[in-house]
Amino acid sequence: MTAEVTTAPVEAPPAFPLSRSRCPLSPPPEYARLREEQSVSRVTLRVSGKQVWVVTQHEQVRQVLGSPDMSSNWKLPGYPLQVPLPPEVLESLELPLVAMDPPDHTVRRRALIPELTARRMQALRPRIQEVTDEHITAMLAKGGPVDLIQELAVPVPSLVFCDLIGVAPDNVGFFRHYAEQMVNRDISPEEMGAAQYEMEMHLQGLVAQKTETPGDDVLSRVIIKNKVTQELEHNDIVALARMLLFGGFDTTANIIGLGTVALLQNPEQLAQVKADPSLMPRAIEELLRYLSISDSATARVATKDVEIGGVLIRAGEGIIALNGSANRDDRFFANPDELDIHRDAKGHLAFGHGNHQCPGANLVRVELDCVFSTLFRRIPELRLAAPVEELEFKHDQLIYGLYSLPVTW
Amino acid sequence: MRIRHDRERCVGSGACAFTLPDIFDQDEDDGRVLVLVERPGEERRKAIEDVAASCPVFALTIEND
Ligand code: HEM
Ligand code: SF4
Repeated sequence: MTAEVTTAPVEAPPAFPLSRSRCPLSPPPEYARLREEQSVSRVTLRVSGKQVWVVTQHEQVRQVLGSPDMSSNWKLPGYPLQVPLPPEVLESLELPLVAMDPPDHTVRRRALIPELTARRMQALRPRIQEVTDEHITAMLAKGGPVDLIQELAVPVPSLVFCDLIGVAPDNVGFFRHYAEQMVNRDISPEEMGAAQYEMEMHLQGLVAQKTETPGDDVLSRVIIKNKVTQELEHNDIVALARMLLFGGFDTTANIIGLGTVALLQNPEQLAQVKADPSLMPRAIEELLRYLSISDSATARVATKDVEIGGVLIRAGEGIIALNGSANRDDRFFANPDELDIHRDAKGHLAFGHGNHQCPGANLVRVELDCVFSTLFRRIPELRLAAPVEELEFKHDQLIYGLYSLPVTW
Repeated sequence: MRIRHDRERCVGSGACAFTLPDIFDQDEDDGRVLVLVERPGEERRKAIEDVAASCPVFALTIEND
């Protein structure tokens, strides 16, 4: 008897990122198919042509992010870099916290997180409220239609960021420009390198100045504490400042924009939160899950052979643990494709999982609470000034969001 | 009811301290969890169980006396 031999068709793995054709607020429809049929599969990175794995089920994403056999080190050859960093720039780059492994990661993370505790972030609430109110007052004075991204979504987190690192608000334009460059998939490697260099110089200067004359901000407090513990070098502190910029700037602005659209598209649920602001914290958690703006930021490279979902991943191979796909896995969330502000969205992986889990999460929660509560209270008639199909979504960016969002009232 | 916490596991996400600031806080030195009220009243059980379930690294557990 001859065994029937089936050979898998030889197809080039699909290009990553996959496209979001169906609905701009939903992840690529292909994720749903992969989760069911081939939950761990290969893709080809558009930026480099490299083949890497994507992992799509909630349980598997947690497994990858919780595994000690996964590295975040961008310099390892197999790491799935998603921005076009030229090799010489990468080589000389001081790796940010997010790209470090224990024990280096552990020491630096412990220096930062006491400054970003829930209590400290709640203490920023009055300032965040003030900034939010100022910008909404300005919007009202201007009259609609306005671009909500430029008028509110970008200014609030950028000014909060200036507070965190203790620089005067008039520096904000410089940081905004840099943040935009860094997540751009289309700029040349030279431009990327030049922007990195300029920011490096700026942050070097800032840390030197804060070491000399510390203020009352996150960066200064890390510096003051370090004078006692002596665990970090000057450059480590520069890297932490860069990390705050890199992690905390563009992300919050994007979720403010997308979250506003998602709420406006679900008027019944919006009416409920407007009527009962105590629903806001749950609604925010649900928006974070539903929108999963940094879906592919949770990337790793295996340092040992590991098996995930029955697939053998070899040491040295790259993996993108798609948190946006995990957050739509019906093994974990009922009716995952529905936005439901009443659901208990805890356990979502939009902030990652394990030892790199986003330490900015509680700041994001306070910012979103101030912004959404105030926006819909002060401008209850807020509506889109263009059809959703015409909005400019950031399909070409690492962190998903909107380039602009025309609204009126 | 007694709250147990595993400081070695805790990654300092502050999810617990954000949700129940009267029961949890974070260490000024390393950001890791501090349990302010180790034996809260029975009426808080549901809220504390929810928080324990949301800890990303399962560092919080509830013991019955
Ligand atoms: C909606 C907004 C945000 C989202 C969705 C988000 C998402 C994430 C994710 C998924 C990671 C983990 C990456 C990995 O596992 O490799 C991360 C790490 C990080 N985020 Fe956020 N983030 C947001 C806002 C912020 C803010 C406001 C800050 C700063 C205050 C911040 C600072 C950081 C830092 C420092 C890390 C690195 C942590 C580490 O490697 O230990 N993020 N973020
Ligand atoms: S939720 Fe868990 S990891 Fe986060 S601070 Fe509390 S105990 Fe630590």
